[in-house]
Amino acid sequence: MKSLAARRHDRRAPIVLLALALVLTGALYAVLAAPSRADAAPVTTQADAQAGEKLFQANCATCHGMGAVGTSVAPSLVGVGAAAVDFQVGTGRMPLTMSGPQAQVKPVQFTPDQISQLAAYVAGLGPGPEIPTADMVDPSKGDPATGMAIFRTNCAMCHNAVGAGGSLTQGKFAPNLWQTTPTHLYEAMLTGPQSMPVFNDANITPQEKRDVIAFISQQGGTQPGGLDLGSLGPVSEGLWAWVVGLGLLIGAAVWIGAKSS
Amino acid sequence: MTTTTPPATPTGKAAAATADWLDQRTGIGVAVKGLARKLFPEHWSFMLGEIALYSFITLLLSGVFLTMFFVPSADEVTYNGPWSALQGTSMSAAFASTLKLSFEVRGGLLMRQVHHWAALIFLAAIVTHMMRVFFTGAFRKPREINWVIGFVLLTLGLAAGFSGYSLPDDVLSGNGLRITDGLIRGIPIIGTYMSYFVFGGEFPGTALIPRLFTVHVLLVPGAILALVGLHLALVFLHKHTQFPGSGRTNNNVVGYPLFPVYTAKAGGFFFIVFGVIALMGAAMQINPVWNYGPYDPAPVSAGAQPDWYMLFLEGSLRLTPGQLEVVLGNFTVPLNVLIPGLVIPLLLLGPLAVYPFLEAYATGDKREHHLLDRPRNAPFRTAFGISILSAFFVLVLGGSNDLLATHFHLSLNDITWTLRFAFFLVPPIVFAVTRRVCLALQRKDRELVLHGHESGRIVRFASGEYVEVHTPLDEDERWIRVQHEPIRPVQIAPGEDSRGVRRKGYKSDLRRQRVSRLFFETRVEPVTPAEYAAAQEHLAVTAGHGDGAREQIGAGTGPERISHS
Repeated sequence: MKSLAARRHDRRAPIVLLALALVLTGALYAVLAAPSRADAAPVTTQADAQAGEKLFQANCATCHGMGAVGTSVAPSLVGVGAAAVDFQVGTGRMPLTMSGPQAQVKPVQFTPDQISQLAAYVAGLGPGPEIPTADMVDPSKGDPATGMAIFRTNCAMCHNAVGAGGSLTQGKFAPNLWQTTPTHLYEAMLTGPQSMPVFNDANITPQEKRDVIAFISQQGGTQPGGLDLGSLGPVSEGLWAWVVGLGLLIGAAVWIGAKSS
Repeated sequence: MTTTTPPATPTGKAAAATADWLDQRTGIGVAVKGLARKLFPEHWSFMLGEIALYSFITLLLSGVFLTMFFVPSADEVTYNGPWSALQGTSMSAAFASTLKLSFEVRGGLLMRQVHHWAALIFLAAIVTHMMRVFFTGAFRKPREINWVIGFVLLTLGLAAGFSGYSLPDDVLSGNGLRITDGLIRGIPIIGTYMSYFVFGGEFPGTALIPRLFTVHVLLVPGAILALVGLHLALVFLHKHTQFPGSGRTNNNVVGYPLFPVYTAKAGGFFFIVFGVIALMGAAMQINPVWNYGPYDPAPVSAGAQPDWYMLFLEGSLRLTPGQLEVVLGNFTVPLNVLIPGLVIPLLLLGPLAVYPFLEAYATGDKREHHLLDRPRNAPFRTAFGISILSAFFVLVLGGSNDLLATHFHLSLNDITWTLRFAFFLVPPIVFAVTRRVCLALQRKDRELVLHGHESGRIVRFASGEYVEVHTPLDEDERWIRVQHEPIRPVQIAPGEDSRGVRRKGYKSDLRRQRVSRLFFETRVEPVTPAEYAAAQEHLAVTAGHGDGAREQIGAGTGPERISHS
């Protein structure tokens, strides 16, 4: 009984409680902050373009100019095509939160309908890349092996070997690709947003783009061998070797040392 | 051999009979008797080296398994296995066999991951063990040779790690080899020949993988095994060092016998180390080569870094400005590779290798030391060690600059420039701060010994004066704070004798004195018995006396002996 009473105020109790509280907070956050996302439907009409023009004048013209011809702070959108609009607005990069090294992803500001209206308006300004059809971006129709080979030689130097993201100069960065929709991946390759180069259809064919999408769609999920530690390579592995491995082992050494002989 | 307890049970009888049989034929009883009664002192930090030893055993065990399936060959094959993203890709037999180990051999991926985690922990444990030995002064006479052996073990560990990292022939390991090739070619005059010699022709060639395999499974582990044996034999020969404490001197060892206490503890600890590594291998992915793909000299992916123990080299290469490349006529002298790749590692690791001899030179001390120093009592050494570690840390950050940029939303260029300055500024600042902290802690020790713990109990005297009552330290607490010897700069004989004749060897003595002053000029000396007696007298006078209390407080702010001779 006495030992039971002594255990009631175990000095490890606060740590356990703190750990439980952190887990609970994390779980609640994950439940409450679950992101919602919808794909754009690419069928547009003349009325859409007119509605898009109104949206453009209200939300975009401040920087891009009244006819989307560009100003000193923002580029002209004539000829960027529907794909660029669908990517920039559909991922929440536009309208821009603030000027900085690169446009940041934020919650999407428009409904899918409004995005396709804006896209229809900009597409009408001059010929440019179009939004790909669902078939063009279907990961199940691509070959991940070809996709990996293309990704390794064209994309991995910025986006990391499996698309976990990487850094560029002066605060710019290549983002993680695991949550990006297949349509947006295709549009990014086609239009080259931010610091990204344009991979046109002569460079990487539509079929090869679908292969790349097939490869990326395999990443970010469950990996062989356990927790992927962010898929960041040896630096995160080294950090965990010190924190978990050596942390536990030194803890064990202290415990054995403290055990009465 | 006679046993102390008569065997009562049948198993006991069988054991005794077996032991007797063995003893009559080998005379092993004498050795066992001696070893079993060998005493070892108790402290958790003495087990850091054991972590290294046990992770090395884990490396040997898992490594043997891997050699059964790994094919050390650069022959080109086409992959046709379960991993769809590499289906039909042409690759070396080494890479294909690594994939086969990972996906097709039962338990193969677990063994690969156990082997790799064990390697990271092996080197982390070596570094931690070295820190313990360094900061407690365990490398002093008679253990200087063992320190050097330990240092060689560290470099062999780096060689083992690097050669193993390069074997699977994935993009990441090939990138590492390409940097190595660059470093070798950077050596003036012989560089290109050396590169052809190492790689058996133009990089990457087909000769390297079989060569690395021999280095990795035969040469380096053999050398490590031999030196580990020597390292441990010397520990037995010298006897283990111990922390200062009541009853512990330079001439005894206070602790427990190897049998049964440490056989149980060390044996149990092996299973803990193995268990932790196995758990990491089972739960945490490491070196997923199937993500990187087969090596091809063209691609380099973002986040391409070596394992942590080589990260300082990567960092020094990343931080060095490219403008250091000098072109002399027809020759390029790549100082931008030579300085970070060869000069900086030598500058950082060299002083560590020779530090025991450097310190012995500065103290002029030829006695044996079996009692450890508390790090605060060796301010120069502690500050020196921490400042070297801080330089390594800056380089490690430099090697991870791209991940710092993405994870902390910083500019890569700003990080690089900050770290370039930090490499030169941080170590001296860290040195000065650490030395100050050590001196302050020593002063705190003096304060405690002379005046005792603050009790928080305030007493008002009849005269209206308030004093706080201090409780004196018990004997053990006090001994730890006063037992060490003050180390003063060496004193040398004058340069000329009474008749003005110059003395031989005066100049080298002068040099030694200069080094010695650098080490020991600024110091706080431990409380002497006379000082302690004087403080006790004050306490006795003040006990129950209002007038004396002022004196006691006065003594508390009394002058300390900080010598600036």
